[in-house]
Amino acid sequence: MSPALRNPIVIAFIAIILLVLVGSTFATVPETKQAVIVRFGNPDRVINAYKPGVDFGRTGAGLIARLPFMEQIVWIDKRILSVKMDRQQVLSTDQLRLQVDAFARYRIVDPLQMYISAKTEERVSDQLKPILGSAIRNELGKRQFATLLSPERGQLMANIKRALDRVARQYGAEVVDVRIKRADLPEGTPLDSAYERMRTARQQEAGAIRAQGYKQAQIIKAEADAEAARTYAEAYGKDPDFYAFYRAMQSYETTFAPGENQGRSSIIMSPDNQYLQEFKGRNR
Amino acid sequence: MATFFGWGARLGAMMNENRGGPWGPSGGGGGSGDGDGGGPRNPWGQPPRRRRTPGTGTNVSSIDDFLRRSRERFGGRFPHQEGRPYWLYGLGVFVLLWLLFTCFHLIGPQERGVVTLFGKYSRTVNSGIAMTLPLPIERLQKVDVGQIRTRDIGSPDASQENLILTGDQNIIDVAYSVRWTIRDPQLYLFQINDPESTIGEVAESAMRAVLATVSLDDAIGAGRSDIESRVSQVMQQVLDRYGAGVRIEGIAIKQSDPPATVNNAFKEVSAAQQEAQSYINQARAYAQQQTARAQGDAAAFDKVYAEYKLAPEVTRRRMYYETMERVLSKVDKTVVEADGVTPYLPLPQVQRQAQEGAAR
Repeated sequence: MSPALRNPIVIAFIAIILLVLVGSTFATVPETKQAVIVRFGNPDRVINAYKPGVDFGRTGAGLIARLPFMEQIVWIDKRILSVKMDRQQVLSTDQLRLQVDAFARYRIVDPLQMYISAKTEERVSDQLKPILGSAIRNELGKRQFATLLSPERGQLMANIKRALDRVARQYGAEVVDVRIKRADLPEGTPLDSAYERMRTARQQEAGAIRAQGYKQAQIIKAEADAEAARTYAEAYGKDPDFYAFYRAMQSYETTFAPGENQGRSSIIMSPDNQYLQEFKGRNR
Repeated sequence: MATFFGWGARLGAMMNENRGGPWGPSGGGGGSGDGDGGGPRNPWGQPPRRRRTPGTGTNVSSIDDFLRRSRERFGGRFPHQEGRPYWLYGLGVFVLLWLLFTCFHLIGPQERGVVTLFGKYSRTVNSGIAMTLPLPIERLQKVDVGQIRTRDIGSPDASQENLILTGDQNIIDVAYSVRWTIRDPQLYLFQINDPESTIGEVAESAMRAVLATVSLDDAIGAGRSDIESRVSQVMQQVLDRYGAGVRIEGIAIKQSDPPATVNNAFKEVSAAQQEAQSYINQARAYAQQQTARAQGDAAAFDKVYAEYKLAPEVTRRRMYYETMERVLSKVDKTVVEADGVTPYLPLPQVQRQAQEGAAR
């Protein structure tokens, strides 16, 4: 007995067997995973199952033991996972086409159910993807395009989430959130006509701005004219007769005095002209 | 066993060339699998030799020397000669190094260490030197909580437009970036699969949701900062609902323009604004001139009138003659003298004089 035990090869052999045994009995469950223990192909129990509101450190994660070779561990993600919907065309009730990208976030809350119905997370995602697509098409198809751009959008998303959640429950998953990532007008006619509408709206705005500017300018000018007229009237109104004389004098000067671009003036005067009164000599 | 060891030593010698690189800790980590009977095969099997030549320290003085010795060992004597097998020492040193590297952790000033005990969250340690149990039992993951991470969405490049519908069914091209930090390291590590792309997607959906409530003019102009704060608020709410352990530090809208195809129409609007403004400026200039001229004229009249009031008749006459003087001194005058004679006006002569005057 003892010589056999002293043989290093035997020791190594025993050590390896022990190690394999320990390795297949104990396992560490990280916080990010849930473990379904499967005994001979039958799911037996769940370790570190998700419970809402449990702090990390109080979960079932940690060192676990199982029957070696008879029980297998199936790992299932405990974190929030995502499903992305491929870009889809959706037709609203007012016959507008929209291209919609959406995503949903879900979490596996019943690993046993999920293991039985889908086996892997990928298959859950694959199952949820078309349902997300059809839920979105149904909901958006019932509404007008403008709803998407209104506060009602929240209600819309809640409806989609409810529809998706109903299906997700069958796979042991819970939908945390559904969000529309993009909702665009598809390339081609719809986008072009939207651009055209924007363009014409801008042109109209530009025209309106110009007209407003013209209007304001005219008002400013008219006000200035009125102001000037009032100033003149105030000053000249003191003696209209003198103003007539004063202004006539100014006017003669401007009219008859030879300026830069004026022709020479010739004046033919009658001797009766007042200016020439003294010229004739007075008949006293 | 002896052959085993010999090979182990050779292997160790070959590994030697790599020593000094980042081999220390990671080699130890890789060795976790052969902590069993494979101990001697580990590159750490060399330390016994170090015991024999104490002066060399951890660095091997000469590879040749080492090779020669190991060859000698391989070819000739058995290692059992000293009573204890070398690999036991090797194992001892290996375990010591293992403990050293997996029990003590240096955590930088901006980092936190999340410690898990057999995978179960145990505690979060602050910066400094942290001690944990050795690796298979406790594990420490460092998370940088001070670093502000940025995620860009859309680009200011014209070729890649990130088109978004606004509340008044217009389309704008938006580029923005999200700045975020890790608030709760343990939530960040355990709660969400792929947090970074989650943040990107949440940002996109939040931006679109917010823009769907504002008008085009707000989105390209004055409403930007309001949009930024609303988006980061929405994002924070959504991520908190996920329990992501992330704090949104802010959104920066780098660009929000109308799409390139309609940009000309938008430029036309600003051109129209300029034009309208120039109309108004011109009108203002005219107005100032008009008012000033009126005031000047009125003031001049007032002055003259004040003088006129003192001696109306004389002033009037004086002004009349002075004006007539100025006017008539520079023009051609013809006085038709006789009464009863039909005045004959030599029109050609008048015209000629006028031409001469113009030519002069």
